[in-house]
Amino acid sequence: MDKEYVGFAALPNQLHRKSVKKGFDFTLMVAGESGLGKSTLINSLFLTNLYEDRQVPEASARLTQTLTIERRGVEIEEGGIKVKLTLVDTPGFGDSVDCSDCWLPVVRFIEEQFEQYLRDESGLNRKNIQDSRVHCCLYFISPFGRGLRPLDVAFLRAVHEKVNIIPVIGKADALMPKETQALKQKIREQLKEEEINIYQFPDCDSDEDEDFKRQDAEMKESIPFAVVGSCEVVRDGTRPVRGRRYSWGTVEVENPHHCDFLNLRRMLVQTHLQDLKEVTHDLLYEGYRARCLQSLARPGARDRASRSKLSRQSATEIPLPMLPLADTEKLIREKDEELRRMQEMLEKMQAQMQQSQAQGEQSDAL
Amino acid sequence: MSKGLPETRTDTAMSELVPEPRPKPAVPMKPVSINSNLLGYIGIDTIIEQMRKKTMKTGFDFNIMVVGQSGLGKSTLVNTLFKSQVSRKASSWNREEKIPKTVEIKAIGHVIEEGGVKMKLTVIDTPGFGDQINNENCWEPIEKYINEQYEKFLKEEVNIARKKRIPDTRVHCCLYFISPTGHSLRPLDLEFMKHLSKVVNIIPVIAKADTMTLEEKSEFKQRVRKELEVNGIEFYPQKEFDEDLEDKTENDKIRQESMPFAVVGSDKEYQVNGKRVLGRKTPWGIIEVENLSHCEFALLRDFVIRTHLQDLKEVTHNIHYETYRAKRLNDNGGLPPGEGLLGTVLPPVPATPCPTAE
Repeated sequence: MDKEYVGFAALPNQLHRKSVKKGFDFTLMVAGESGLGKSTLINSLFLTNLYEDRQVPEASARLTQTLTIERRGVEIEEGGIKVKLTLVDTPGFGDSVDCSDCWLPVVRFIEEQFEQYLRDESGLNRKNIQDSRVHCCLYFISPFGRGLRPLDVAFLRAVHEKVNIIPVIGKADALMPKETQALKQKIREQLKEEEINIYQFPDCDSDEDEDFKRQDAEMKESIPFAVVGSCEVVRDGTRPVRGRRYSWGTVEVENPHHCDFLNLRRMLVQTHLQDLKEVTHDLLYEGYRARCLQSLARPGARDRASRSKLSRQSATEIPLPMLPLADTEKLIREKDEELRRMQEMLEKMQAQMQQSQAQGEQSDAL
Repeated sequence: MSKGLPETRTDTAMSELVPEPRPKPAVPMKPVSINSNLLGYIGIDTIIEQMRKKTMKTGFDFNIMVVGQSGLGKSTLVNTLFKSQVSRKASSWNREEKIPKTVEIKAIGHVIEEGGVKMKLTVIDTPGFGDQINNENCWEPIEKYINEQYEKFLKEEVNIARKKRIPDTRVHCCLYFISPTGHSLRPLDLEFMKHLSKVVNIIPVIAKADTMTLEEKSEFKQRVRKELEVNGIEFYPQKEFDEDLEDKTENDKIRQESMPFAVVGSDKEYQVNGKRVLGRKTPWGIIEVENLSHCEFALLRDFVIRTHLQDLKEVTHNIHYETYRAKRLNDNGGLPPGEGLLGTVLPPVPATPCPTAE
């Protein structure tokens, strides 16, 4: 017997079509000391030549250089989908003799993007909010060290609650397989010890097949990813491959036995771009927002603000930064209305689903 | 001056005519003009053999210091150089070794024997160098240690009753490990070499060079050489100490083409073409440490051990030590340190301040 069919199962397709039309924004930060192959890896990941005209200053010039934040934008189109990729670079990080507090400009930058978004979100015209928040930070760890260095730990602790961190080991062709395993193990232990929260790739659905689950588990096990980048194509025997040619052999970037480049690309670009954005918005940004509003709150209202990060009812008495009070209250009331409407709709949909299910069962029983 | 070990010559029993060979003088004597009409063979060329025998009996000291960030393969390289476990590797993945908060100086001595010649090798490790967030002045403990060894030697030298053979703990050679970033030197590298190249023989090496392709290696080396030149840093072999044209040509070639040596170290052996070789095995090939088309380890080894070992010691003694000694005597008004005239005790070496702990 035909079940009653409402038709909102087509919702995902509609969302997909909308996002394809709108295009996709993504901001990726790359951090780590110089010389770890960051630029080469980015060029390899996105098959671009973003760093063509780059000039690396000499050591004597870098003696007094302070950390700068550089942004590069590129539009990539593939399969009809447009991605506006913004790369945030941190040249000068870890370079100086004295690197104390050299991560502060980076933290400031990330928070500024949150601040901007908070202001935009609370503004009157919210149709075209530009999302410049950093969605992901690829942090490069040196393959020459014995795990995380003091500077790595300091940086990661300063940013881990503010941005999704994906740690990678750069220039991984410096390591023999056993060394790679040992280094990864050491880094994982250190991350745990220092209580640094890196981005957690979500578990795959329970209804996926065994093969997929196994692959997924393997990929998670290989974090931090040991990567090698190259934009040069070398002819190794029969076929051309992207790699690095040495006198003793050629490292193939896309060979899973040589490095984790494919894993990184799959997990970062092919499967989790959207999740990274969502976590940035739902977890990291909300955390920032809550902290920000809390710090502005009057003493009495502080408890209510801390109760639930999604609950906005408590915001009634807390002024938003930079806006006049009257407007603020109106905005907050509008938002609350919206939230309530959305909740009602969700409940209605759930009720309908349950009803149609129950009816279906009834008719089956007959 | 002869470099390295002299060749073997046959014995000649002419000892009563030849004066007892004294240890090599600090300033080489001008060669006496020989009457070319002398007939027959005198046998003064056997002095080489006599010196060799003496050296074999007494053995010799060699002190090598390694400086660089942790994980650059310093200990492995030293072990590979001297084909023995002379340097305990600071890392084992299961051991809880923490990076020291300040630079430590660890000197470990070993006696190595080869072909009847005994060498008392001391490897001076400097864990903690360049590993902190703030590395300001982290070279100071190293400079202090080097000067302390000069001071020790000076004290022995000015003694009234001197030992026959003063134990030589002075640092003859300092291997500075450059990280293979592929870009250029790091500010810390420049600072270290600027401060220490006037005090000790510095031999810069590019560590873990198996991450660079041939083009990357040669570009990096060129850039490093240029940067060192621009900053007035003279690494060993220093241009100003080339004695004759022969030295100059040989050293010029090394200075301008080979150095800094791009090295790879290993203490593991693998089978390659039926031979056991020291190397690193990766999924894309085996890197052979002693294969010149793979890395320049063999060049470094030959340079430090087989050709310039004696010269390293001599430059340390004749140049660096003498500079230190002259400065010390000048500071004390031309008097040696220790008990001066009228029984006054002269001030000790001013200690260089230690870097503050993080």
